[in-house]
Amino acid sequence: MADQAIIDATNLSKVYGELVAVNRLNLQVQEGEIFGFLGPNGAGKTTTILMLLGLTEPTTGAARVCGYNSAREPLKVKRLTGYLPENVGFYGELTARQNLMYTARLNAVPEKLAVSRVSEMMEVVGLPDVGDKKVAEFSRGMKQRLGIADVLIKDPKVIILDEPTLGIDPDGSARILDLIVDLSHRRKMTIMLSSHMLYQVQRICSRVGILVKGKMVALGSVDQLGKKLEAGKTTLDVEASPATPELVDSIKRIPGVLNVEKSGDLLTIAADKEVRSLVAKAVTQTRSALLQMRLQDYTLEEIYLRYFREAH
Amino acid sequence: MRGMLAVFWKEVSDHMGSRRFLILFAIIGLAGLWATYVAAQSIRSELASNPDSRFVFLRVFTSSSGLLPPFVSFIGFFGPLVGLALGFDAINREMSEGTMSRVLSQPLYRDSVINGKFLAGVATITVMLLSLILIVSGLGLQLIGVPPTQEEMLRLLLFVMTSIIYIAFWLGLAILFSILFRRTATSALGAIALWVFLSFFMVMIAGAAADAAIPVNEGSPPELLVRNANLRQGIMRMSPTTLYDEAIGTIVSPGVRTLGPVLVQQVQGLIPTPLRLSQSLNLVWPQLTTIVALTLVVFAIGYVRFMRQEIRA
Repeated sequence: MADQAIIDATNLSKVYGELVAVNRLNLQVQEGEIFGFLGPNGAGKTTTILMLLGLTEPTTGAARVCGYNSAREPLKVKRLTGYLPENVGFYGELTARQNLMYTARLNAVPEKLAVSRVSEMMEVVGLPDVGDKKVAEFSRGMKQRLGIADVLIKDPKVIILDEPTLGIDPDGSARILDLIVDLSHRRKMTIMLSSHMLYQVQRICSRVGILVKGKMVALGSVDQLGKKLEAGKTTLDVEASPATPELVDSIKRIPGVLNVEKSGDLLTIAADKEVRSLVAKAVTQTRSALLQMRLQDYTLEEIYLRYFREAH
Repeated sequence: MRGMLAVFWKEVSDHMGSRRFLILFAIIGLAGLWATYVAAQSIRSELASNPDSRFVFLRVFTSSSGLLPPFVSFIGFFGPLVGLALGFDAINREMSEGTMSRVLSQPLYRDSVINGKFLAGVATITVMLLSLILIVSGLGLQLIGVPPTQEEMLRLLLFVMTSIIYIAFWLGLAILFSILFRRTATSALGAIALWVFLSFFMVMIAGAAADAAIPVNEGSPPELLVRNANLRQGIMRMSPTTLYDEAIGTIVSPGVRTLGPVLVQQVQGLIPTPLRLSQSLNLVWPQLTTIVALTLVVFAIGYVRFMRQEIRA
């Protein structure tokens, strides 16, 4: 099973009455990856996650996690998978430690091991001193970190986090993301997180999938997705001093250049092939100074918006 | 199984420490003790004049004197409230607070959750009733000095078992409501409304319906009066409260020989002896089996609804 994906969904669909929440979704996540699952609200991210965990039965298709069919053997999947739901809840009248001990008992972790593991995990998530406080007194960020500790109690191979940074201040979010990266590196866990906070995902995920209206419209690393969007077209930002009209004309004559826009000394060049060296030559031939030249990159935000709009 | 036990023990400890349970327990305990004390006083004065009475010990639980109803009536009245209090937010609270999806993503079968919760409620009810009965028995022994006979103990045991199942009916109903309604306020009010209806309005409705169907007055022939009374009783028996009252009345009062209307001619020549336990049971088998069945049905409906429920918040 070396080359088998640890999360493997094939043709997964979920239909609620008239509404197709998830539509023939295919998804593979390899061991050790941090996979970002993106999409606007209501795109079907949570439904997909629930199907992966066997908490909801797929209408068609199948999901396998760690080699087990989620619908047929949900218990085995849930033993190996930690799930942090969106808006995770704890029993407010119990202490943090009691809450985690309950999870340990549900996972049949032996009592002694559970006690030490609870303390260890509280430390890992940065809450070493509040174990005996009631969770009702916790802030949102603390609850979210406690949620991650809760997920780790069962020592999972895969962690699925649903909107882990939703409603948390930037500092808190950054700490949670660092924690996730740390878990992936140090504990070699496979992590899948859903989010609509794009830039965060871009920072930590090795691969992303974009889900719009139940359909996976894009899948790959952030770089790959950007390249695919360009579809052979590139955009260059060139700053030349001075940017004369002759320069614009000579650039326009370069084969492959589609359009040149000029604003002050800044030229924006659209081309359908690699033209950087030719543009540089043109600049020097017109005796202007080339101050900078930059290939425009797509940020995940742009990628996301493009895919999102295309799917409409 | 291990998952169910984990849920069970957590719920039991939650119940035992919960304020609403402790308050109800205190109310029932105090009222019960007071009722017992008053009952014992009147039994003592009666014993002085008639030392050959039988089933003296049971009367600690059934005698009422003056304004205070007997102990068993307190259980019949407050028992359903305990059941409702233990169950009305069992599921929907966990749904709205987001703990349910966390629990269900642990490796346990979904029915472990509802089974564990129901059994924890039943265990809590059992502990409550047994401790109340023992406290009251102790006080009764102290006050009247007459120990219970074997048959009296058996009857008390039957009373406790029937009460547990009856209160479990209300627990199951409350859990069902907590599955059907998303808000805890709605499920609490709904369950209490149903309890009020079955406990109080059913009596009025039964009387009105019987009078409408078979009008009677003081001069009506006896057959008509009996038919009216039978219809009234039949309607009232649709309420588990009536079934429980009839069953308990017969089990703890061996003197009860019949539950329906009786004509004076039928009683003529009858020697008013208490019934044997088996005879008392014969009289209320239908009531007992119906209470058990209702409890199972209510739980089963809740079980099925819970298993099919989408867990999305």
